[in-house]
Amino acid sequence: MSKELIKGNEAIVKAAILAGCRAYFGYPITPASEIAEAAAYYFPTVGGTFLQAESEVASINMIYGASSAGLRCMTGSSGPGISLMQEGISYLAGSELPCVIADIMRGGPGLGNIGPEQGDYNQMVKGGGHGNYHNIVLAPNSAQEMCDLTILAFELADKYRNPAVVLADGYIGQMMEPVDFPETAQEAPVKDWAARGDAATRKNVITSIYLSHEALEQHELRLAEKYRRIRESEVRYEAYQVSDAEIVLVGYGIVSRVLKSAVDMARHYGIRAGLFRPITLFPFPTQQLAEISMSTERFLTVELSDGQLVDDVRLAISRRHPCDFYSRMGGCVPSTEEVFDVIRSTISHPAECNEAMAVPMGLHAV
Amino acid sequence: MYTIVQQRPDSIYDLFERKDGDQHVTHYCPGCGHGVIHKMIAECLDDLGVQDRTILVSPVGCSVFAYYYFDVGNVQAPHGRAPAVATGIKRSRPGSIVLSYQGDGDLAAIGGNEILHAANRGEDITVFFVNNAIYGMTGGQMAPTSLLGQKTTTSPFGRTLQNEGYPMRVCELLAALEAPVYLERTAIFDSKNNMRTRKAIRKAIQNQIDGLGFSLVEILSPCPTIWKMTPQDARKWLNENMIPYYKPGVYRDKTAPPTKSIVTLQAASGSSSAASEAGQTPATKVPADNAVEPSSPPPAPSRRTARKEVPLVEVPSLLGIRATERPGETSGSAALLGNYNERSRFFDSTVSPAPPRSEAGFFPSTVPEKYQNPQIKIAGFGGQGVLLLGEVLAESGMLSGYRVSWLPSYGPEMRGGTAHCHVRLSQHEIGSPLVSRPTILLSLNKPSLLKFLPEATPGALIIYNSSLIDEPPVRDDIETVPLSATEIAEKIGSPKVANMVMIGGLMARTHLLSKETVFAAIDALVKNQALIELNRRAIEAGMQAVLELEAVLQS
Repeated sequence: MSKELIKGNEAIVKAAILAGCRAYFGYPITPASEIAEAAAYYFPTVGGTFLQAESEVASINMIYGASSAGLRCMTGSSGPGISLMQEGISYLAGSELPCVIADIMRGGPGLGNIGPEQGDYNQMVKGGGHGNYHNIVLAPNSAQEMCDLTILAFELADKYRNPAVVLADGYIGQMMEPVDFPETAQEAPVKDWAARGDAATRKNVITSIYLSHEALEQHELRLAEKYRRIRESEVRYEAYQVSDAEIVLVGYGIVSRVLKSAVDMARHYGIRAGLFRPITLFPFPTQQLAEISMSTERFLTVELSDGQLVDDVRLAISRRHPCDFYSRMGGCVPSTEEVFDVIRSTISHPAECNEAMAVPMGLHAV
Repeated sequence: MYTIVQQRPDSIYDLFERKDGDQHVTHYCPGCGHGVIHKMIAECLDDLGVQDRTILVSPVGCSVFAYYYFDVGNVQAPHGRAPAVATGIKRSRPGSIVLSYQGDGDLAAIGGNEILHAANRGEDITVFFVNNAIYGMTGGQMAPTSLLGQKTTTSPFGRTLQNEGYPMRVCELLAALEAPVYLERTAIFDSKNNMRTRKAIRKAIQNQIDGLGFSLVEILSPCPTIWKMTPQDARKWLNENMIPYYKPGVYRDKTAPPTKSIVTLQAASGSSSAASEAGQTPATKVPADNAVEPSSPPPAPSRRTARKEVPLVEVPSLLGIRATERPGETSGSAALLGNYNERSRFFDSTVSPAPPRSEAGFFPSTVPEKYQNPQIKIAGFGGQGVLLLGEVLAESGMLSGYRVSWLPSYGPEMRGGTAHCHVRLSQHEIGSPLVSRPTILLSLNKPSLLKFLPEATPGALIIYNSSLIDEPPVRDDIETVPLSATEIAEKIGSPKVANMVMIGGLMARTHLLSKETVFAAIDALVKNQALIELNRRAIEAGMQAVLELEAVLQS
């Protein structure tokens, strides 16, 4: 097995090409720019298209065009750019166009900063654009998963004709780790529904407009049925040391890496901690978390946002137990020791929905 | 017996089955320009034999339903974004004929940026810009092309210079760009102008067939319903009010032979309505300062159509992915599918096992236990090669068989400020890649030592660049190794390799990494051959310096 030490952002690009993606349209933004830079080098090298668009508004619409034409295509950005793409993402979902969007999350509302945060959870997982739709959202926590989940994102996007998002934070994008890439390249599937500019597809229409109320309702019901199938079949998660856990930590992305270390540290000190990591954020592993709540009473959600993920965790387990919540923001990532302190503090308090955010000195008191 | 003398073009459906209600007629109002323009485009697609290859991008506006009518591939775009959508299609299918059909609000207001940049890139697409000086579908709001004084539902007192500014002239605007090959403004109101429109449409599509580049035809078009006029009055209003401000003519033609420097422009009819009422707009020959530029070189052949074909089997090696010998394994598509399916089957087990605990003898026996599974922080000025130092450790760690991670500080601070990175080398799966409590600190300057020294664990190893740090770290529970990295590097030939001297020092002290793997890492990371040699010498000098220091301390 030959591994390559590579940044998560660059791994996304190589994985996309191996998955048969041949069109990249994007606009640079820290901390996602390595995606555009690597794409600018590798896409032309393999006979594909790279184009730096005039804005994220244009790049997502170029994706709309390339996907309409039947290509596997992708773009990448970070919070402010993703905000600009939301119109296009809604159109992609409405027109049932597959594509992959990498969101390497940065800090804050507005310009914020370029540190790692997870504040795009709601805008990617819950919608963000107008109308009733969902993105398929995958949350890698290593450079290897930046590769693997990008490939999976292309498969799921085509399987369901739906936008798929690789949602990572600045650290997962910037971090270098060894990656084992597939050694063979995939052929992109031929899409008979697309407008490819040939006689076979001349009758095809790509649109999201349904003028009659009844027709649009039927369309939206069809989409809802698709999302139900996705919820049923595509949940992915990692559960670590949960079978005997007295407290289960929940987190994704870079946070889940810290949580895993914190679980090990807690176990070392005799606290039976476990980790539940959603890998798909949509579909959210609601059922699996609910099952764990049958045997574990204490939950602690840790996220780099002000309580976005915890909403879904509480929905999954709320009937049975409360869920504590710890948050860091602005580019701050909790250390293993910090999370360990929060775990100790949490289990020493009665179970209720304790919350702690952005505590000065990085140390937490419930 | 009868002869069909007129029928719908092949590129227009005979029956509009995608439409509700009467499927024999369009949804356009009587006297509207869209129907005429649709027909002209469709006839042209027939004549040029490109119906199968054509993909029409329809906008938001009355022509959002162009796909009811055109028997070609159809893509409906978000408001104003048709040029970007068309770009995505054309770049993906260079052999297709991509038409972007847009109204004035769509193209000149909300889509201003998209059209400007598609034109400026010289996208090999054809744009039909239908200008009726109003928002039609939404019921008569002001457009960027509404005329001064024109009353609309959002300019109820008439458009004013003070509030909304001048109506936007799109052809003139785009003619300021170098890339477009063909820009013409025509009008739909009498047979003569209609014929000019037909000709312009044909030329704009032919240009794309020939791969010449970006073409746009702006068509002034009546909107009787929203203008609240009869079709006849609407045509008259267009002639008397729009034509004087939006002068028909060729604003760019790089497809014409360079000698043709004079083109026909429609003269402004102004207030003299006699000629226009008779449908006779006087045409005069005027020098075309905004038309053909004789100095412009003929357009280059399309840069879009020639795309490199790369066989699938060559793709991994082009990505720098090295194949592993796996004797006896099946090859071809079965192996390929197996490979990918394996990656898709993601963590469907409910409980993962605990990671294997310490395996005795994982690290070489030469590595003292206190240096095993190090959490390393490396810090210094931006420009001291802090990140590369970390990369070399991570790469050589990987080559040594350890699990590794490298996490940088990133962003503006890299340019001039401080830089640091976190490196972990481990025999276990690495949880947090963040090094919050370093067991090894490599410090290249004083501010970074002051900043990170308090984080170091008790017993931590601190190797510091004594060339730039005049005071040794003050803590009695740590190990310190001074290394005059900058001076040593200068002696070798460049202060820039002080980072490699530090690596040498770390290697000599801890034995975590062999010279072989570190040199291999440098070969992988450093492109310049001369620098590779310099880096190697710096590493050896760093090792030597620490060994000498230890010898002195032991004696």
